[in-house]
Amino acid sequence: MNHKLSWRELEAGCILTQPGSASQYCTGDWRSRRPVLDEEKCNKCGLCWLYCPEGAITLKEDGSYETNLFYCKGCGICAHECKQGAITMVEEEE
Amino acid sequence: MRRVALEGSFAAAEAARIADVDVIAAYPITPQTHIVERLAEMVADGELDAEYIDVESEHSALSCLLGASAVGARTFTATAGQGLELMHEVLYIASSMRLPIIMAVANRALSAPLSVWGDHSDAMAVRDSGWIQVFAENSQEVSDLILWAFRVGEDRKVLFPVMVHLDGFHISHVTEPVLLPDKEEVDRFLPPYCYPLPLDPDRPVTMGAYGPPEIYSEAKKAQEVALRESKEVILRGWEEFRDAFGRSYSPVELHPPQGAKTLLLTMGSFSETAQLAVDQKRRKGEDVGLLSIRLWRPFPFEELSGAARDAHTLIIFDRSISFGGPGGPVACEVKSALYSEQRRPKVVSFIGGLGGRDVSQKEFEQMIDRGVEIVEKGSLGMYETIGIRD
Ligand code: SF4
Ligand code: SF4
Repeated sequence: MNHKLSWRELEAGCILTQPGSASQYCTGDWRSRRPVLDEEKCNKCGLCWLYCPEGAITLKEDGSYETNLFYCKGCGICAHECKQGAITMVEEEE
Repeated sequence: MRRVALEGSFAAAEAARIADVDVIAAYPITPQTHIVERLAEMVADGELDAEYIDVESEHSALSCLLGASAVGARTFTATAGQGLELMHEVLYIASSMRLPIIMAVANRALSAPLSVWGDHSDAMAVRDSGWIQVFAENSQEVSDLILWAFRVGEDRKVLFPVMVHLDGFHISHVTEPVLLPDKEEVDRFLPPYCYPLPLDPDRPVTMGAYGPPEIYSEAKKAQEVALRESKEVILRGWEEFRDAFGRSYSPVELHPPQGAKTLLLTMGSFSETAQLAVDQKRRKGEDVGLLSIRLWRPFPFEELSGAARDAHTLIIFDRSISFGGPGGPVACEVKSALYSEQRRPKVVSFIGGLGGRDVSQKEFEQMIDRGVEIVEKGSLGMYETIGIRD
């Protein structure tokens, strides 16, 4: 939903008429820490990709993984699950 | 049009039947059980072509109807007391999602101690839930207001759920003569329900989506403005009802129409007893009148202050307590409504008729005398109780 809409512009009951519009919602705004990947330590096991509740981690052509910071909400689950200790959560200010 | 002897509950069921509801989801609870029992019978006997969904609680009853109303079905249910409380969170969802579910509430006291008998505690607890709410005074009004509720709630300019309150036992279980219109007459009065953005796989929509702080306030403002603006259709609905069936309704009623120096204010079936008290006093030459509120939400500010403005004393009778608050809920609202008026009556608040306790004509007469006395002595307190052993 367009967050600049005035109350007059909303459909009755705040109904959304554009399917799939949730993908436009930047859950990345919630993040206070972001995951940083150490490619040296990563063995491409895919656990982080499997566990990420936002589906923010995608598989690249070369078999490695990358985080989409538009959706990554900074929960730290990927860092917790990574058996290689390849993901570190870093404060956003740093 | 047929004139039949009907219990208030059956008058409610008959109105839902002639309105040709599509889906009923309900859970039985005293004193509303007869309403949904009768509807279940009608569906089982083929008198009404509707889906009747037996559910495991009132919470589920209303939740089912959210879905049914969202696909464009005409929906009806009934509840009372604890059942209405169990529905509480879903009430807000129905009004916020603008789904015009019509519900009869056979008003019942809230536990504890356990009481199946009537008062207005259940209604007052859902006062701010965003539903259009009206109080009926007798069985005729129950059936009329339910037909009217479908007409108003489903109007594209309105799209709000409507609660029709009828006093538990005092209306729900009393048999009275009721004029019931024929289905053909109702079909002329009540256009088919046509939800503007229904759930439809060919035209996908999302209802009840997440509303972050950036949009929630706008959503609530839109809802509040829409509920206030529904008043126009509410009034038009009553005009159309009068033209179709010959009976007139208004947001508040003043008896006698020109008003009086001292006004008693009531809501629901007790207004009929109160009117006997007022008439008795008028026969004795006292300048007394009755003001009854029919439209409870959206609150009829204009009509109420118009009717009360010229009175000297306004004696308000409430059938519930706002615990630790400033008196009866109706009295509080009326006082707020009158606060900004230049000319306004002195307001005296009484509470009684709790958990099925009757208030007799005599007690209403005493209430009027006591109200006048309080104002004369200038000893306006918060409120007094009536008919409670000291
Ligand atoms: S921090 Fe949470 S949301 Fe972000 S990529 Fe890791 S698991 Fe996904
Ligand atoms: S869980 Fe760790 S090791 Fe496995 S793919 Fe993700 S970052 Fe690499």
